[in-house]
Amino acid sequence: MGRGTTADVTAPRPAPTLAGWLTLGLAALSIGALMVGPYGLTPGEVVAALVGRGDPQAAVVVWNIRLPRVGAALLVGAALAAAGASYQALFRNPLVSPDILGVSAGAGLGAVAGIFLSLPVAAIQLSAFAGGMAAVAVVAFVASLVRNTDRTLTLVLIGVVIGALAGAATSLLKVMADPYDQLPAITFWLLGSLAAVTSGDILPALPAVAAGLVPLALLRWRINVLSLGDEEASALGVEAARTRFLVIVAATLITASVTALAGVVGWVGLVIPHIARMLVGPGFGRLLPASALIGAGYLLVVDTLARTMAQIEVPLGILTAVIGAPFFVWLLARGRRGWS
Amino acid sequence: MLEARDLSIGYGTTVVGTRLSLVARPGDVVCLLGPNGCGKTTLFRTILGLLPALAGSVMLGGKPIAQQRRAEIARRIAYVPQAHAPPFPFEALDVVLMGRTARLGLFGQPGARDRAAARHAMARLGIADLAHRDYSRLSGGQRQLVLIARALVQEAALIVMDEPTASLDFGNRAQVLAQIAGLTRDTGAAGCGVILSTHDPDQAFALDARVLLMKDGRPHAEGPADTVLTARNLSAVYGIPVTVETTRGGRKVCLPSLDLQSAPTMTSDALTMA
Repeated sequence: MGRGTTADVTAPRPAPTLAGWLTLGLAALSIGALMVGPYGLTPGEVVAALVGRGDPQAAVVVWNIRLPRVGAALLVGAALAAAGASYQALFRNPLVSPDILGVSAGAGLGAVAGIFLSLPVAAIQLSAFAGGMAAVAVVAFVASLVRNTDRTLTLVLIGVVIGALAGAATSLLKVMADPYDQLPAITFWLLGSLAAVTSGDILPALPAVAAGLVPLALLRWRINVLSLGDEEASALGVEAARTRFLVIVAATLITASVTALAGVVGWVGLVIPHIARMLVGPGFGRLLPASALIGAGYLLVVDTLARTMAQIEVPLGILTAVIGAPFFVWLLARGRRGWS
Repeated sequence: MLEARDLSIGYGTTVVGTRLSLVARPGDVVCLLGPNGCGKTTLFRTILGLLPALAGSVMLGGKPIAQQRRAEIARRIAYVPQAHAPPFPFEALDVVLMGRTARLGLFGQPGARDRAAARHAMARLGIADLAHRDYSRLSGGQRQLVLIARALVQEAALIVMDEPTASLDFGNRAQVLAQIAGLTRDTGAAGCGVILSTHDPDQAFALDARVLLMKDGRPHAEGPADTVLTARNLSAVYGIPVTVETTRGGRKVCLPSLDLQSAPTMTSDALTMA
């Protein structure tokens, strides 16, 4: 809902102020996340460490241990939510998540293959990224071979098929993997975690995510038009097939990059765009930044919980599912209104 | 102007219609009539360049449509689909603004002038008050008018409307038709033409349209409504006895026989909207 039903013609668009509030909230959440952990810090200590003063030990905790993880959570959350918003507009379906075209299944297979072959961490990440991109490329290629007037439906169905195939291959590798060493690593990776992330892991993902976000931001009006469907978008002057291809490449690049970094983190790309749509409406120009900001904050909270709520690290995928599933049921119970 | 000559239309190897020709100049009102499944929508998709013609040629603005980019086509011919519910709750004004897409750059956003054009089009159709309403919650008639406003801001010389009054109730039907009639009168001088399909031959009379009467994918008769929409032609095309009468007010109306013995070949319009 949101501004959609307000009939005041002169009402100012709430987006800029909202973006300000969201950014402010995100900064507060980040400082909060930097405070908590086995070595507790006060807000003052965190700020002092960030500006290069205060206790050297606090500075080490903030800069070397917590900041990479906070940064990774922000990046992954923003990326997944932005990609989810894009896929939902593209597939004209508010129930779509970024793994609709098999990117998560492909990245999972890539990572699992890397772990199975005992590759170094960087190679596993590269393999996950390549797996995600390759899965979507295969989906797009196979869909182009199928003669069907409904291109979107074809893509989704082929996505399901390729995703299932990749899932089967992943299961096979799990059966063959060393149950004491490799299998726990595989399971943990498939549920998503930022426990092992370092600043060296984030740096390659950053430009890839940015490279995906730029075309999405530039095409924001055309993505609105595309959400009317191919036929109408074409009649309105959009080269639908080409634009859709661009959006898929951009959103897949974003998803594959952060999946390589964090493993398979579900639900964020599905749920967050809904919340953003409730706040700013369906216009993609506002939906994209709102989704990214809310997604960043959401995953930061979830990841902070994951590392502090228990003695062991709780996988992110478990927490996002536990939070996301009831929320989603609530959305459905609200009926169509919940989609807005 | 649009000039479709000797078209064969269809999907891949499935031929839906043949020997179809259609010419529309700015200022024209062309009305497509024919039973469900006779190829009206396929013909529309072909002249909009959404579907390649199997044979024959579609010239738009003196250039083959197949050689034009989508934006170029959209600046010459606008399309009003049947009213539908989009997946997301856009404001009605946003939906109208989407008609400006062909006049924006690839990365362009609608600006103040586009907004003014959209508001102007909505005011012209008497729906200015709907601007900030959620389009997905408007009534069918309101949505149809929003889509017509969207076609207006496209500023194309021709507008194609696919059964603009289908699925509307009695009152909305009359209202939308009145707006279409007003549109063609208003823009006659400005040079806008309308091509529409309908299941109601009375509308062709009301709009004083040129009629293309289709049957089984072929033209059955073509010309002014008065000469084409005769009892004989309508009976032959729809497979039921039809009489055409003139009301005391001078309007022509078509009356189908309700005698079941005549065995209609098509289902009711209310059940299927091909």
